[in-house]
Amino acid sequence: MKNHVWRPLFVALAIVGCILFARTLLVPRDFGAHERGYMYGWHRKSNEAEWKAVRVKYRTAKVCWGCHKDKYDAIRNSAHRSIGCENCHGPNYDHPKDPVGLIIDRTRSLCIRCHSLLPYTASDRGGIRGINPETHFPQAACVLCHIPHNPKPMNQKREAMS
Amino acid sequence: MMNRREFCKKAMIVVGGIALPLAALEVFNPKRLQAEKEGRGKVRWAFLVDTQKCVGCGFCVKACKIENEIPYDANVTRTWVERYVITRDGTTHIDSPKGARDGFTTMKIDQNKEGMLDISSADIEKAFFVPKLCNQCDNPPCVQVCPVGATYQTADGVVLVDRTWCIGCGYCIMGCPYSVRFFHPVYHVAEKCNFCYHRISQGMKTACVDACPFGARRIGNLRDPDDPVTKIIMTERVNVLKEEYGTKPQVFYLGFSKEVK
Repeated sequence: MKNHVWRPLFVALAIVGCILFARTLLVPRDFGAHERGYMYGWHRKSNEAEWKAVRVKYRTAKVCWGCHKDKYDAIRNSAHRSIGCENCHGPNYDHPKDPVGLIIDRTRSLCIRCHSLLPYTASDRGGIRGINPETHFPQAACVLCHIPHNPKPMNQKREAMS
Repeated sequence: MMNRREFCKKAMIVVGGIALPLAALEVFNPKRLQAEKEGRGKVRWAFLVDTQKCVGCGFCVKACKIENEIPYDANVTRTWVERYVITRDGTTHIDSPKGARDGFTTMKIDQNKEGMLDISSADIEKAFFVPKLCNQCDNPPCVQVCPVGATYQTADGVVLVDRTWCIGCGYCIMGCPYSVRFFHPVYHVAEKCNFCYHRISQGMKTACVDACPFGARRIGNLRDPDDPVTKIIMTERVNVLKEEYGTKPQVFYLGFSKEVK
């Protein structure tokens, strides 16, 4: 066959070759179908390690109790024992190195997450003692009268007497 | 000239060739067959939500946003809590202000631009809270629609997003029947709950599970028959969201109600 018939074919082959070469440069080596097959597992494998390397901020109450044994003893017999320390004291990160101190959330908005009275009997919310935050001493911080680590009414009285 | 006999022969060959599925040409891969036979690995993460125990405090949402570096004041979140209030006239009111980041502190229902709706306790037939998060489906539609292989499922069943690979087309956000995906306001790529992959892969629980004071959220390994969560999923009356979509969600709910969408 004549040369002018073949020439476009060579051009096309060169373009395909360039694309394949660029592909080897751009696509990471570990990209491909992994455990979940072509439909669900088509990905860059090293990304899994990247997600595993995310920094842990909430280190759980067990880590807190390691040093703050006194606080553990204060809260462990109260109804508030199931609330993780970090919910009110903020995430631990690498405390006490970084941050040195934690900022405690003492706002009313924290307490009324549970203790704003919602009479929803179809859920456990209906069983939690609550107040109407608009009428129950709206100017005062809850911690003025209530001890978060040991919130029984008796304890508040004892605290006020001393 | 072709006679009738020859025409019929050739037509059958052509039709046969077209009918041959591509899968028949796939090269036999013994490693893959082995993997399919053994059932993919020893871990399959699953989640259990007890809607009876949830009180709508929103500590899970707060912890999730901080743990997973989702901008705190942006109105996007990986997990959220919905409130369902069914009144005596039969209407269902659903709201989730800020994804319940600050909990539910008032009886008023947030109706967005229509304002707040005050429902008196006498009008309420039943009301409860439903925490939502990614279902880590066994047939994840969000993964199927990704045109670049940026979102995928790991061997232990968690669907992840490769931030360097995502082009931000948004197909997965549209494809998810549970609306758990959104654009990350900082990275401008698809974002979703990944069961705190950095925590569960080192033996911890997810941030929301650790933050929940009432045990409404639990995570477990379905491949471990002694796992307490697996035992509940296998032996108790659990339900999943939108089963009719065929996505095989792996977040199971106790105390479900027909109003939950």
